[in-house]
Amino acid sequence: MTERHWNRRAGTLLFLVLAILVLAGITAAGIFLEEEAAVTDFSRTNLAPGAEFWFGTDWMGRDMFARTIAGLSLSIRIGLLTAAVSAAAALVLGTMAATLGRRADSAISWCIDLVMGIPHILLVMLISIACGRGFAGVVAGVSLSHWPSLARVIRGEVLQLKNAPYILVEEKLGVSKLQVACRHMLPHLFPQFLTGLILLFPHAILHEASVTFLGFGLSSEQPAIGVILSESMQYLTTGRWWLALFPGLSLVLVVVLFALLGERARYLLDPASAHE
Amino acid sequence: MEKERQNKKPILEVHHVSIWFTRYDQGIRRSSLPVIRDLSLTVEPGEVVAVVGASGSGKSLLAHGILGILPYNSHMEGEILYGGEPLTKERAEKLRGNGLALIPQGVTYLDPLMKVGAQLTRGRKDEKTKERCRQVLEKYGLGPETADLYPFELSGGMARRVLIASAVMDEPRLIIADEPTPGLDARAAGRILGHFRELAETGAGMLFITHDLELALTIADRVVVFYAGETIEEARAEDFQDEGRLRHPFTRALFRAMPSHGFAPIRGSQPYPGTVSSGCPFAGQCEAGRKECGEADRIPVQRVRGGLVRCLYPEKEETV
Amino acid sequence: MTLEARDVTFYYRGKKKSPVLDHFSLYINSGERVGLKAPSGRGKTTLCRLLAGYERPVKGEILLDGKPLGAYRGACPVQMVWQHPETVVDPLLRLGTTLSEAGDVEERLREALHIEEGWMDRFPSELSGGELQRFCLARALHPGVRFLLCDEISAMLDLVTQAQIWQFLLEETKRRSLGLLVVSHDDSLLDQVCTRIVELPFPSWRIF
Repeated sequence: MTERHWNRRAGTLLFLVLAILVLAGITAAGIFLEEEAAVTDFSRTNLAPGAEFWFGTDWMGRDMFARTIAGLSLSIRIGLLTAAVSAAAALVLGTMAATLGRRADSAISWCIDLVMGIPHILLVMLISIACGRGFAGVVAGVSLSHWPSLARVIRGEVLQLKNAPYILVEEKLGVSKLQVACRHMLPHLFPQFLTGLILLFPHAILHEASVTFLGFGLSSEQPAIGVILSESMQYLTTGRWWLALFPGLSLVLVVVLFALLGERARYLLDPASAHE
Repeated sequence: MEKERQNKKPILEVHHVSIWFTRYDQGIRRSSLPVIRDLSLTVEPGEVVAVVGASGSGKSLLAHGILGILPYNSHMEGEILYGGEPLTKERAEKLRGNGLALIPQGVTYLDPLMKVGAQLTRGRKDEKTKERCRQVLEKYGLGPETADLYPFELSGGMARRVLIASAVMDEPRLIIADEPTPGLDARAAGRILGHFRELAETGAGMLFITHDLELALTIADRVVVFYAGETIEEARAEDFQDEGRLRHPFTRALFRAMPSHGFAPIRGSQPYPGTVSSGCPFAGQCEAGRKECGEADRIPVQRVRGGLVRCLYPEKEETV
Repeated sequence: MTLEARDVTFYYRGKKKSPVLDHFSLYINSGERVGLKAPSGRGKTTLCRLLAGYERPVKGEILLDGKPLGAYRGACPVQMVWQHPETVVDPLLRLGTTLSEAGDVEERLREALHIEEGWMDRFPSELSGGELQRFCLARALHPGVRFLLCDEISAMLDLVTQAQIWQFLLEETKRRSLGLLVVSHDDSLLDQVCTRIVELPFPSWRIF
């Protein structure tokens, strides 16, 4: 019995495709709008949101819509980069902890606890300052602080896989270690890794924005959401509410979109809900 | 005895129940797989009914279906009556514990963070409940000090007895035991089955789900044989004393395959439930099978010699 | 050939005071079918895991023809068949892939075990327990195998499948003169298939 009607999995897949398209669209648009975002025009300063400038303009006549999109795009790109670096570190360290014996395990587990024990924002700030702030500082800070939770998950998963009867039996039948790792371990690890990776994005983006907002991250000439928000703070009391509202709101939307993306991906990959 | 039993109203009636699994094959194509097809059985007070089938033939789902705890990707058709009234999910929830109890497969069903006593009394603290708790523990050879232990302090056999004690705590009218003895040696299993028989003697109905026919025969009054998700025969336990009294070719094959009855196998293998779409699922293995067996749309259940059999050409009685 | 457990002591980490096996010795010769009998929880499965090399004894040795088991490279000549076949095949791979990894199975074995060609395209969750167990047997019986350890391999199966599997195994072991260790809680089964029956001793730490 096969049905081809609309079902939950089809809906979920459609959502995933749309969400990825929207995020990719924002990222691409932001790159094209970067120049426009920097254009100053003192004939149109402090305009409230309207038909021409959807998000209004600021005290230097810059189009806030262009700035917001450019900022989001930068955030997403930094998010992608840092999440990828974090996830790669997590994969390597998690696997090492699980396979290289007890000593390596306790050393790596100690590192995980150490990094997790320090508040993220503090750690990001410290690393960022140590690396000279700017783009490099933020990327280093965020990627060096976000790997532990995923590393822990991967460590547990690999430990469990290593002792799974079917893995033991394959080894006993003379299948090479490499083949066991590629054919039998990676496919089981992949769903965990993927959802972990996607769920890292929102964290990475938010932390980048906060660190920048506090002045320890990206420099003020870059069109980052954090920069926009901190600059807008001083204009909030003068009634120019749009300067902070729209960029802030769109940042939240992007983060929520990423979180939902991870949530939905997990829903598809987790056997406890995959067949609903 | 026989007459008395006929006058009693059954506690549990299962009429034409089918359970389906829904799953995605590839991409977004979804299909339903019938794991249990057209199952009917009744359990009367004071009776032990055994459901016997190979692992993976869907028999555990039957227990879950009755208790209303099927997995999220399955659905059930047909009718289940408890005490003559339909057993809905809500009613099953209310009856669970008092009236309807499950003895589960594994000792993992005990709450590891709760003392045994608290699990038995389910939080009630009146004297009557406490007294009943002591009685039940004692009945299964567990001292009153057991109530103060945590599950990890119990040995495997003790944990299983606690599970039984917990099930009979409120004197249920129907007990469902789902593979209660895997991995136990014959002596330990025999002791536990003895308890089951006692429970039935006190008037409770018992549905005993197992893969072990020989074990089931030691306590059951009636045996329902499962094959690839279908019930193929319902026979009295006495019928198994003699191959000639059995009705379905598969049941006879089971009989001959017992280590003490010749250990003789037949060809082929039991298909995975739901993979056979038409005809008799046993047709591929049946020696007496004819062309119609594989082509018939549905094999009806017939009453033969006081038992039920799902076969177009049930075996004739013979004296061996 | 002989598979031997020589004076083996084994306990799980941190349970030194309650060893599962305490100075236990056992040998199995080629062509012999040794039944292993003991109440539940006495370490029958642990002994199988030790003999197959999944665990290492804390004291004592597991020897195959006088050489430690670890000295044999490639597919191990001692293979264990597990009670729950669904746990020993990768759930994400089609059975054909799993089987080809372990080397190809002789046509004769496939026929004797009634393994159908159609199974190879299926996933393990689409086969019944009896079908999977026969598949696992075919995989374990690779050309180099000398000893087979059967840990309750038919305990979860129906009687017909149990008889099928054991009739096949009896024939196969005779033909290739394999040594067999049979673990079962079913005494009548042991009497049917074994040439010799061994009982696991009551561990000494339990006597006090």
